[in-house]
Amino acid sequence: MARTIIPFGPQHQVFPEPIHLKLVLEDEIVKEVVPALGYVHRGLEMLADVRDFHQMIQICERVCGICSTIHAQCYCQGIEELMGIEIPDRARFLRVIWAEIHRVQSHLLWLGLFADAFGFESLFMQCWKIREKIMDINEATGGNRVNPSINIIGGVKRDMNPDMAQWVLTQLDLVEKEVNHLEKVLLNDYTVKKRTVGKGVLTREKAMELGAVGPTLRGSGVEQDIRQIGYAAYGELAHRPVVGIDGDAYSRNRVRFLETLQAIALVREAVSKLPAGDISVKVKGKPEGEVVTRVEQPRGELMYYIKGNGGKNLDRLRIRTPTFANIPPLLSMLPGIELADVPVIVLSIDPCISCTER
Amino acid sequence: MDILKKLTRKSRIKSPWLLHFDCGSCNGCDIEVLACLTPVYDIERFGIINVGNPKHADLLLVTGTVNHRNKKVLVNLAEQMPEPKIVVALGSCGLSGGVFREAYNVIGGVDKIIPVDVYVPGCPPKPEAIIDGVVTGLEKFSKKKDG
Repeated sequence: MARTIIPFGPQHQVFPEPIHLKLVLEDEIVKEVVPALGYVHRGLEMLADVRDFHQMIQICERVCGICSTIHAQCYCQGIEELMGIEIPDRARFLRVIWAEIHRVQSHLLWLGLFADAFGFESLFMQCWKIREKIMDINEATGGNRVNPSINIIGGVKRDMNPDMAQWVLTQLDLVEKEVNHLEKVLLNDYTVKKRTVGKGVLTREKAMELGAVGPTLRGSGVEQDIRQIGYAAYGELAHRPVVGIDGDAYSRNRVRFLETLQAIALVREAVSKLPAGDISVKVKGKPEGEVVTRVEQPRGELMYYIKGNGGKNLDRLRIRTPTFANIPPLLSMLPGIELADVPVIVLSIDPCISCTER
Repeated sequence: MDILKKLTRKSRIKSPWLLHFDCGSCNGCDIEVLACLTPVYDIERFGIINVGNPKHADLLLVTGTVNHRNKKVLVNLAEQMPEPKIVVALGSCGLSGGVFREAYNVIGGVDKIIPVDVYVPGCPPKPEAIIDGVVTGLEKFSKKKDG
């Protein structure tokens, strides 16, 4: 059959967000993929001109609703580095706790959407049912289900008293138990394996060459995680990146599943080591100079470039998000696969379009 | 024929089908829309389904600010939906542009592009608020003429 072009998106049921892919097909096989972006572009980096550097925290949280805490953490970390602020130990541990709770939420969300991509509706429902417990934790500790908004420059906004921390741990125990129940289906089920094993293979060399990040990179067997550099309190917690071997959709699925359990273990460890003391320090002065900071988001490495000029507005804010880095690897996975597998492969990199386009 | 019309009108109010379009939101509202469909809130038990095809939908849920690129898609989706239809704008961004209102690529709220019937405030609105917004929208169906 002659070459056909199938438009995929911008409004498609598989994605909650608009992305447009032009799939060039021969018969049922994808030959070429042309992405068209810009449907969610807001231009929020330019908002640094009109909002002062404290108000930008709220903007950074809304780069992406799924990983809002971690965006704000990265931004605050950068400004603190510029201004030479040493945040209290308790704040460093609290940041880890909220960031890891957010990671559990994000991975469960993704596991559900991934199941939905190959039509496993009941698994999707199950993952999202478990996720509601995390949303309750967010609401109880931060006051909002999606944006707990706890980071400020110089520390954190809210404290976690021992009773609350204990309640969070009991809730996480329940979550862990239910996530363990999913293992049998997510990793061993015949249908799941049939749709994911060997699909969208990204070799180790290719992943390094194209600059993949996060679970997409670790799924291909590269042991690299920004948490290893020990920002916030990660240096004092036992943490080893989860890696896969095969670099296919199944391997990425497995990495994310194991990372969910690892994040719960990290919260538990951080709570047990939580030092006493203040949660924030007073901030004086204005940021000046330039800095690059990195943190590990659920989707991979997140990088902020911040340039201050000594005034209340920043000169430049540049955000490099993990999905942006994962788009070239995605485009290299798609040619040669069948049309029916496209949603599975696209979702296997955990695309977050509102991050990418900002 | 009359009976069929009555039946359609009744079932439209009981079990409307949703079309959800993310129009430049930060995902916060979108995951809350999806959370409405999942077991804890479970609006699917009333036969409310999230559909992908605008021609099957009765309700359009729009989240996020409108920008210069996706306004055409939004108009296109709204025009493809059969009458009577209800448009629900979700979240601060859908109402007025929210925190992004000063950004260069943001036109503003959804109502600058298509007529909106129900506004649901919040950043993001809780699933309860979204369900309440949809129910408010359903009451408006009885006042709208059949297409």
